[in-house]
Amino acid sequence: MSGFFKSSIGRKVAMALSAFFLMFFLIIHLAVNITSLFSADLFNELSHFMGTNPLVQFGLQPVLIFGVVFHFVMGFILELKNRKAIGVKYAQNNGAANSSWVSRNMIYSGLVILAFIVLHFIDFWIPELNTKYVLGDMSGMHGADYRYFHELVEKFENPLRVGAYVVSFVLLGLHLAHGFTSAFQSMGVTAGRKKTLQQIGKAYSIIIPALFIVIALYHHLNPHH
Amino acid sequence: MNLTLKIWRQKDASAKGQMVDYKVNDISEHMSFLEMMDVLNEQLVNAGEEPVAFDHDCREGICGMCSLYINGEAHGPDRGITTCQLHMRMFKDGDTITIEPWRAAAFPVIKDLVVDRMAFERIQQAGGYISVNTSGNTQDANSLPISKHAADEAMDAATCIGCGACVATCKNSSAMLFVGAKVSQYALLPQGQVEAADRVKNMVAQMDLEGFGNCTNTGACEVECPKGISLDNIARMNRELMKAAIK
Repeated sequence: MSGFFKSSIGRKVAMALSAFFLMFFLIIHLAVNITSLFSADLFNELSHFMGTNPLVQFGLQPVLIFGVVFHFVMGFILELKNRKAIGVKYAQNNGAANSSWVSRNMIYSGLVILAFIVLHFIDFWIPELNTKYVLGDMSGMHGADYRYFHELVEKFENPLRVGAYVVSFVLLGLHLAHGFTSAFQSMGVTAGRKKTLQQIGKAYSIIIPALFIVIALYHHLNPHH
Repeated sequence: MNLTLKIWRQKDASAKGQMVDYKVNDISEHMSFLEMMDVLNEQLVNAGEEPVAFDHDCREGICGMCSLYINGEAHGPDRGITTCQLHMRMFKDGDTITIEPWRAAAFPVIKDLVVDRMAFERIQQAGGYISVNTSGNTQDANSLPISKHAADEAMDAATCIGCGACVATCKNSSAMLFVGAKVSQYALLPQGQVEAADRVKNMVAQMDLEGFGNCTNTGACEVECPKGISLDNIARMNRELMKAAIK
């Protein structure tokens, strides 16, 4: 079995498994964020639960961090190996004749997403850890109210942040446009299921990032609701 | 038609190559691409120059010997054909055509446009066979019932001629379409079951050892393959390797 994950196909499978996990996480994350559009209370409740539940914090969170780090580290390793496998480059290469731009540039869409994750960590995750585990404030309160919704609205005030957010999620959509079906292909999807998965992949890669963008724009345009 | 050709010239495996420009005139649109290359070579020989080395054999689109990366595409701009079946009517008078060898670290250039594709042979030797008793009491192949569907799919996989266009066109120089086809043609048939697990493990191990890249499912290979080998064969190889790993 360890031999399997050292093989080229084993690495593809590992890449696909981490992708499945991240795509599932994205749905959960969106489900929480989307409540902020219609109920500040529900968003606060869910955020407090996610931020303080020990199972989420010490069970799922490390798995998530491992998944993210694994996916991009493995992505870099494969990219470097592939560049080595090419050898001399063509003087003229017409990639557009036989494959999509997104499929040929996963490393670049991935790098933009990675940059966004770094920003998100500095913006959200590190202050969260500081508040909860360094300052020891597990209450989630700011004055008489929960702080989460208030912090969310405040984050989306800055147009630069919103711009970066929108660009990152467009790139995420492009990454998923190839990544979704690619992950299933790596897992050996049978010919009969391919068409259905392509349709689901298309829907997923458009709807999920689009909703994240809608949330950002909504709060940016309605700062004092 | 009159054409300008930009061709990769490289004296031998260790030499540093370069693109060299040539002119060929009065090329008939009915000629095949290789016949056009023959015209160029005749011209070079008459001028006392070294002709351009390129691989070819049957010139009927079936042997898998011809190669050439033409204007940025394996086997040129047409679909479902090898270079020998590419006709000059695909080009226009006054065109400049770029002609390069297959590029992959695992396919080193031997001379000019000829590359060493022995890596494919070594992958085949690692498991692309079945063990059959051929010492005078060979079984009739039709004595084993095979579904029409499986027979068709195995035949489709077996049409791979091993030309290497999949590797040449892949942005990662991956050989997975070739190996996927070779694994599939046996995996689909009862005769291939006995050695199925060892076959896929050994062929994939040899593929990795040869230095081919990792597939990222761009699908370019499927488009450029002269025999239309499907990506489904790569998915089947992945399933076969996963099955073999948990056995």
